[in-house]
Amino acid sequence: MSEVKFSKEHEWIKLEGNIGTVGITQLATEMLGDIVFVELPDVGSSVEKDGNAGVVESTKAASDIYTPVSGEVIENNQSIVDDPSKVNSDPESAAWFFKLKIKDSSEMDSLMNREEYEKFSKESNS
Amino acid sequence: METKKTSLFNLHQKYGAKFVEFAGYQMPIQYKDGIIQEHKFTRSNSGIFDVSHMGQLFIFGDDNLTEDLENIFPIDLKKLNLNQSKYSFLMNKEGGIYDDLIITKIQKGYLIILNAACKNQDYKIIEEKLEKKYAMNLDESLSLIAIQGPDAKNVLEKIIPNSNKLRFMNGDKFYFKETEIYITRSGYTGEDGFEISIKNENVEKFVELLIENGSKLTGLGARDTLRLEAGLCLYGNDIDQKTSPIEANLKWAISKSRIEDNYPGSSIIKNQIEKGVKKLRVGIKPKTRVIARGDTKIFNGESKEIGKITSGTFGPSVDCSIAMGYVDNIYSSLNTKIFLEIRGKKIPANICNLPFYKKNYAKGGTNV
Repeated sequence: MSEVKFSKEHEWIKLEGNIGTVGITQLATEMLGDIVFVELPDVGSSVEKDGNAGVVESTKAASDIYTPVSGEVIENNQSIVDDPSKVNSDPESAAWFFKLKIKDSSEMDSLMNREEYEKFSKESNS
Repeated sequence: METKKTSLFNLHQKYGAKFVEFAGYQMPIQYKDGIIQEHKFTRSNSGIFDVSHMGQLFIFGDDNLTEDLENIFPIDLKKLNLNQSKYSFLMNKEGGIYDDLIITKIQKGYLIILNAACKNQDYKIIEEKLEKKYAMNLDESLSLIAIQGPDAKNVLEKIIPNSNKLRFMNGDKFYFKETEIYITRSGYTGEDGFEISIKNENVEKFVELLIENGSKLTGLGARDTLRLEAGLCLYGNDIDQKTSPIEANLKWAISKSRIEDNYPGSSIIKNQIEKGVKKLRVGIKPKTRVIARGDTKIFNGESKEIGKITSGTFGPSVDCSIAMGYVDNIYSSLNTKIFLEIRGKKIPANICNLPFYKKNYAKGGTNV
């Protein structure tokens, strides 16, 4: 089974070999509201852990997307650029944002598992 | 200062509202369905809006009051029939806008609907200009509800018989639970609709009945996307003390018969009408889906800054990014190509017609 981890910025990353797939969590979409615009990092670009890797805009506000780990972007999900509402309907699966070749897999260690993330979200929400 | 709640606060909670602070009030930004669904439901069926934070200012007096109010507002109040409403402005002496408002002639006086953030200051300005000669009441015992959309007339008719006979921008007294209510046919969404002024103690029951008859509560989020699609100004964003009605492309709201008269800012307004303005409010469509929010800088093809966005959002019914802003007048003509600076990139955009969304709605009491 592939490993899924979570960041404090409400991104998820699924690890398969040295390839990570990144998206935003269900909870993030609930906080953002209806998503109407997505901007993704270019294929071939390098992104740094916790650095800017795209933007989502809801009807209310623009929010930066951060990458949970460093790497090179090898694919981005054009389907959510064409139809941003997909991010609201299936954020943790079909509406992934980008895939990257991970530079340093030890960066995954600082991220939370689902249980830790749910606890973190509850605490930061209250 | 503690934030205020409207009389519908508990009902908003019951329907899953998310709240934001707006003009000192806790107001629902959206309910469970979210902004886009609420927006679309208003366009296809009807939406209910709690706008009780807005000011309901009653001023009572005789013909002298009409005379005195004409020295404040640039409209022909003498021609206003009983129960007829007009859109107008409270202006400063530079022709800037303190507030935009709806003034309605009622028995023995006028009812003026004011923006929530401006109402207390408006009261003081108007009171001073009228030299405290008339009875004035910014009535906090009343709530204000809007119901908007193609079904609004049918839903309201079931609760308030004969309300659908009202003509656009006209109002009248009706009764709910043996208590007087005042309804005008007006709104802020580009749809047919009504605004209902009703006692605080009766408003929850009234709104529950609207819901039972097929309407849905709609938050300030959808109110903003609806009004922006309809090309309507939001005070504080699109108009303020530094913009005149002429610059805001709202010349139509200044009565022609009043252009030569005296009211605050009248000489500047007359001059702007005759000689034109340097900047003008326009509609803007970005070429991509990116949202151009307030304060986004506008450039021409030679990277010269030519203006600023004042409101921008995604328009759910037009399915694209829409915005309004001010540009140097020479760039204000239709289809002029401009660029918007968003997160360091220059996004191409076009000047376009307002409103973005237009529907032919009932102007009269009969179904047109």
